[in-house]
Amino acid sequence: MESNSKNIETKYMDRRAFLKVSTAAMGAAVASGLGPFQTFQTVNVAQGAGSSDKVTPFRFAYISDSHLYEKKINDRFVRALLRAVADVNSLEPQPDFVFYGGDLAQLGQPKELELGAEILKEVKAPVKMMVGEHDWYLDMGEKWRELFGEPVYSWDHKGVHLVTLNSVVERDFWTARGMTAMERMMTVAGLDNGVQSPFSVGERQRAWLEKDLAGYSDDTPLIVFSHSPLYKLYKKWNFWTDDAEEVQAILKRFKRVVVIHGHTHQLLTNRIGNIHFHGMLSTAWPWPYAPEGMPELTIEMSRPDPFNANDGCGDGEVHVQADGLVDKVYNLWNRTPLTVGRAYTASWGKESVPPKPNRASY
Amino acid sequence: MNIIRIISIYRFVRVPIVALVAVVLLPLFNTKAVVAEDIPKTDHGAATMEYQNKELDRLLPSVDVSKAPSSFDDVVWKAFIPEDNSMTAERVALGRKLYFDKRLSADGTVSCATCHDVTRGFTDQLAVSEGIKDQLGRRNAPTTLNVTLLQIVFLDGRSPTLEHQAKQPIINPIEMGMPDGQAAVDAIKGDAEYQAAFKKAYGRKVNYDDIGRAIAAFERTLVFVDSPFRRFLDGDEDAISAEAEEGWELYNEKGRCMTCHPMNPSNPLGTDNRFHNVGVSARHQDFEGLAKQALKAMEEDPSERKLDELALSTDMSELGRFMVTKNRSDIGAFRTPLLLNIGITPPYMHDGTVETLWDVMDHYNKGGEANLFLDGGMEPLALTEEEINSIVAFLFSLTDFRFAEENQRQFERQRAQAKKKRPLRDDDMAFRLKLAFEK
Repeated sequence: MESNSKNIETKYMDRRAFLKVSTAAMGAAVASGLGPFQTFQTVNVAQGAGSSDKVTPFRFAYISDSHLYEKKINDRFVRALLRAVADVNSLEPQPDFVFYGGDLAQLGQPKELELGAEILKEVKAPVKMMVGEHDWYLDMGEKWRELFGEPVYSWDHKGVHLVTLNSVVERDFWTARGMTAMERMMTVAGLDNGVQSPFSVGERQRAWLEKDLAGYSDDTPLIVFSHSPLYKLYKKWNFWTDDAEEVQAILKRFKRVVVIHGHTHQLLTNRIGNIHFHGMLSTAWPWPYAPEGMPELTIEMSRPDPFNANDGCGDGEVHVQADGLVDKVYNLWNRTPLTVGRAYTASWGKESVPPKPNRASY
Repeated sequence: MNIIRIISIYRFVRVPIVALVAVVLLPLFNTKAVVAEDIPKTDHGAATMEYQNKELDRLLPSVDVSKAPSSFDDVVWKAFIPEDNSMTAERVALGRKLYFDKRLSADGTVSCATCHDVTRGFTDQLAVSEGIKDQLGRRNAPTTLNVTLLQIVFLDGRSPTLEHQAKQPIINPIEMGMPDGQAAVDAIKGDAEYQAAFKKAYGRKVNYDDIGRAIAAFERTLVFVDSPFRRFLDGDEDAISAEAEEGWELYNEKGRCMTCHPMNPSNPLGTDNRFHNVGVSARHQDFEGLAKQALKAMEEDPSERKLDELALSTDMSELGRFMVTKNRSDIGAFRTPLLLNIGITPPYMHDGTVETLWDVMDHYNKGGEANLFLDGGMEPLALTEEEINSIVAFLFSLTDFRFAEENQRQFERQRAQAKKKRPLRDDDMAFRLKLAFEK
């Protein structure tokens, strides 16, 4: 599945977004015989390896973890995704792209994924998709790939190299147990169960990643997207990537690496060596913080209002600065939006400390 | 008949002081009820200032204003009073004079009491208020009753204190229309009575900041929290009807009202002092377009006065709290009002577009009006007609005894109107037979 860097934006761009792609890229696409729908891969080909470390600052927006059910079962999550789409569409100027952080569906049902695809079609900017475990384990990604393409890919953008991983790979726990597809899905969708395996990126994908990065100099700023955090926070909820150390080792030689992840549904900030980690908000619900393993840099949100389904949810933006580090905006729907600036993680939390909430965490 | 009702209300009084007040008030209530049509009127439909003053004497017999109102703990009460404006009889008297003084308006037709009329629940009971030259604003005048108990003033919270708030309508072009604070000072500074009153109250000449302070001090005397429901909360189980009691249960459970209108013995006010989009203006506004327009207008002129004007006289009024915070999540959000005396302050919502409390319940029952910025607490409630009647009965039990007649009059009027039309009733939405985005 990770054998090439095909981009899911492809099937996804409406005509207007499509026209925004540079003619150079399109030319390259046609020349390489891949057709006009393989745009960003060909950008990769066109710019190739060893791109310079000069970044033109840019902004992208994110939406994540919508966990859609069919709307007759749960219309609130549907309304929440509609709101996120309106949020990113209202940005002026428009973000360079909108990144979707995974778990579009709740139980991997074709109807859930189709509903999500239909809503995300309204996004004006190009959409980049990442897969989450809720999208995957009913049919092992068949429907998701049909709608959005391959889940693992990379591209260059304004001096930054960006990589989207599938970090929710689980060992086969289902065959030996004789589980049905739905049983497998329900098991993965649960927390606190010892049956499912921890998430990982896996050997094949790590090999692909090494190869993908091979041509890039250590000075190239990297942004890596993963659904689960690429570190070990709390295993019981799979706030965890089992081969995190191996992946971090691959990223280690780069001077500036930002990892943006979904799955945790909360304000979450971490730094391990050269790697700066930022979580994404969910549009569906906020998770409580894990009882152990919390990174010191995280300023925890206070407990969301249980009567207000929007509280602690939202979407956001990522402002990529000239040095490749990012200001991460948490656009909280029922609170004042909050930015975790690049200076905060760069100074190991000494400078530009984001405002602490006036109520206790949870 | 009248006196029987009053006696039955006071039958359960347990606190001797309140009982004493009741005895004093009884003869006053024992006059023939004044029908609304008999009230002498003046400009913009308000009762004459003389009549209002007389009514106020009846409602608020003179008390020691330096002490907490009878139902308040001293410590709690002190928290509502700013340090530079402690309550004195002189300040309250000055504020009262200013509250009723039409000279504070550009054309001499509008005073605070025009839109916060003693005889109309200290509001104007109009959808939106009428200022000088008969200009209509975009917002419903909130009552000045218990206004001191709010943590933040104006429907969009654009004013942090009552002192600050009181100075804004005087200089708003469509309300009282004075070009600036100095013009208001000029209008009254020649008056020897005012000169003496300002000297006595604040030890200074007539000045604009003290106009705000004095009006705020007066408004702090408008504490009217002694309702049947308050007695019920205090343990008098017979203070409200069985229907209202049923409504109180629904208020806390199926109706989800207490989410934003917390009401309990330690906090019986019914507001969370926060801002919520319940979708009222979503019925007729394009929020995205307006928000863009507003950001542009406020970039051109970021002043407090401009904000006041935009909030009251343009469509941007509908953006509510967003105009203050510029935060998208505040689009269409307005401050949760106090629920005390809600029965006598129709029509409802920030723009006065909801005419009766039955309509209010219809609005909430269908989950508000769908829009992207709808508050996360809004859900279809699936309330039956009987349940709605109960909650409305409960809401009418929140009115202070001193307004019992007006409350009864409003109850009957609203009930009659609700029997004729229920423009916001939508059972398909209320019972989730239809989803918000499938309309």
